[in-house]
Amino acid sequence: MRAFVPAYELRAPPTLSATLELLGSEPGAWRAFAGGTDLMVLFEAGKLAHRKYLSIRHLPELQGIEVTPAHVTLGALTTYTEIQRHETLRQEFPNLRAAARETGGVAIQNRGTLGGNVANASPAADTPPALIVYDAQLELISAAGGSRWLAYSEFHTGYKQTLMRPDELLGRIRLPRRDESWRHYYRKVGTRKAQAISKTCLAGAVLVAGGRVREIRLAVGSVAPTVVRCLQTEAVLRGRQLNATVIHDARESLAREIAPIDDVRSTASYRLRVSQNLLEEMLTEFSA
Amino acid sequence: MSENNSKVKISCIVNGDPAVVEAYPMSRLLDVLREELRLTGTKEGCGEGECGACAVLLDGELVNSCLVPVLQAEGAKMTTIEGVASGEELHAVQQAFVAAGGAQCGICTPGMVLAAVSLLEHNPQPNEADIRHALAGNLCRCTGYMKIFESVLLACREGREGA
Ligand SMILES: Cc1cc2nc3c(=O)[nH]c(=O)nc-3n(C[C@H](O)[C@H](O)[C@H](O)COP(=O)(O)OP(=O)(O)OC[C@H]3O[C@@H](n4cnc5c(N)ncnc54)[C@H](O)[C@@H]3O)c2cc1C
Ligand code: FES
Ligand code: FES
Repeated sequence: MRAFVPAYELRAPPTLSATLELLGSEPGAWRAFAGGTDLMVLFEAGKLAHRKYLSIRHLPELQGIEVTPAHVTLGALTTYTEIQRHETLRQEFPNLRAAARETGGVAIQNRGTLGGNVANASPAADTPPALIVYDAQLELISAAGGSRWLAYSEFHTGYKQTLMRPDELLGRIRLPRRDESWRHYYRKVGTRKAQAISKTCLAGAVLVAGGRVREIRLAVGSVAPTVVRCLQTEAVLRGRQLNATVIHDARESLAREIAPIDDVRSTASYRLRVSQNLLEEMLTEFSA
Repeated sequence: MSENNSKVKISCIVNGDPAVVEAYPMSRLLDVLREELRLTGTKEGCGEGECGACAVLLDGELVNSCLVPVLQAEGAKMTTIEGVASGEELHAVQQAFVAAGGAQCGICTPGMVLAAVSLLEHNPQPNEADIRHALAGNLCRCTGYMKIFESVLLACREGREGA
């Protein structure tokens, strides 16, 4: 059933500080509203339980992409389209670009934000695997506490659970720039190429020298209550020469590390098998 | 149970003309366009962002108007399908849809045309993959897509020859 429109409140405080004041005055009473591509779907379906929102789309402090020698920092309101148009992201963070390009269609990419994807905390979201393999850090801001940074890998604590407090906003997302010899892999598998929610999505960033894995980050979405960084499988691979035995060990390790389920989009066994195949595809590509 | 919040006044520019509407801030832009401004060329298909029938240009970018609360259109410049032609003269994309049979029932057509117009504005010489990517968020239940794809190809070709 459709939502009863007059029951919902949406305001756009003129400044960031006015927004944070309202969020802090009665923690939990107000929530952020960015591009609306998650919220409006729930709203239209009559499933949006919370009623009071603050639109943040117009706040300049949460917009834009900044490049410094050490980092690329994205405002939480950065859209998928802006990610795709950015030259440094294209060159140095191709997994994030791939995630942005495969999210929804153009109209969703113009509207949906990176911050909304992160804050929404869906295990099936497509940018988090890319953010995790790039060691992303998140800035949380509030009227009371100013700004605090934490690693994305600690942020997402359980199904739709995060370390963000109700008086906080996600402010910025910071990616440390890396040596250009890192290799990148990102592949999302859904029912079709556009507009589809992932059945599984694997991202990897690997530093290979002489066929040996020197450093590795591996993350998978849609296979557990949160997007998972696969620390055990990383450990299995780190320091090893890439060959058939090692790839087999990594597949086995991945099976122990992820916990896919059966749901409307796919089955546990399909998700496990395809995730293992993606891992193998990545390692085979990098061993060549 | 539910308390009623009040309507707000929204000023924006629609197809070049200033418009002021009073609406609840969470009203969908789609409903305001169709019901308040009587611009019924914008269609509703799915109401959940999947089909693109409700697409409009908001400050020059393609958006699905079913996902935009009208408050976020305050001060914006919008183009709906009614604003694509110049007077009696159809836009090159519309002409191509007519010439190549890109429309059957017509429900998806406004969104398809706006998606194609938006593509050509950002990328005047798209290749076939660009066209497929640009239209991937628009669903059609009639044409099987090929005639739509060919319409956009034709519009690109005409655009190049006309230039
Ligand atoms: C047709 C369609 C296709 C889609 N395809 C994909 C896909 O392929 N992959 C994918 O991952 N997602 C997909 N999505 C989901 C959605 O587009 C993304 O999750 C998007 O990034 C959400 O961003 P938003 O700004 O629209 O969020 P909103 O809907 O505005 O907000 C989402 C949540 O985040 C919170 N929030 C937003 N910004 C902040 C902030 N700065 N600080 C604190 N809280 C905040 C809101 O309170 C809300 O709980 C799709 C959605 C649709 C409708
Ligand atoms: S009606 Fe808006 S995308 Fe389908
Ligand atoms: S022409 Fe009927 S839906 Fe496309």
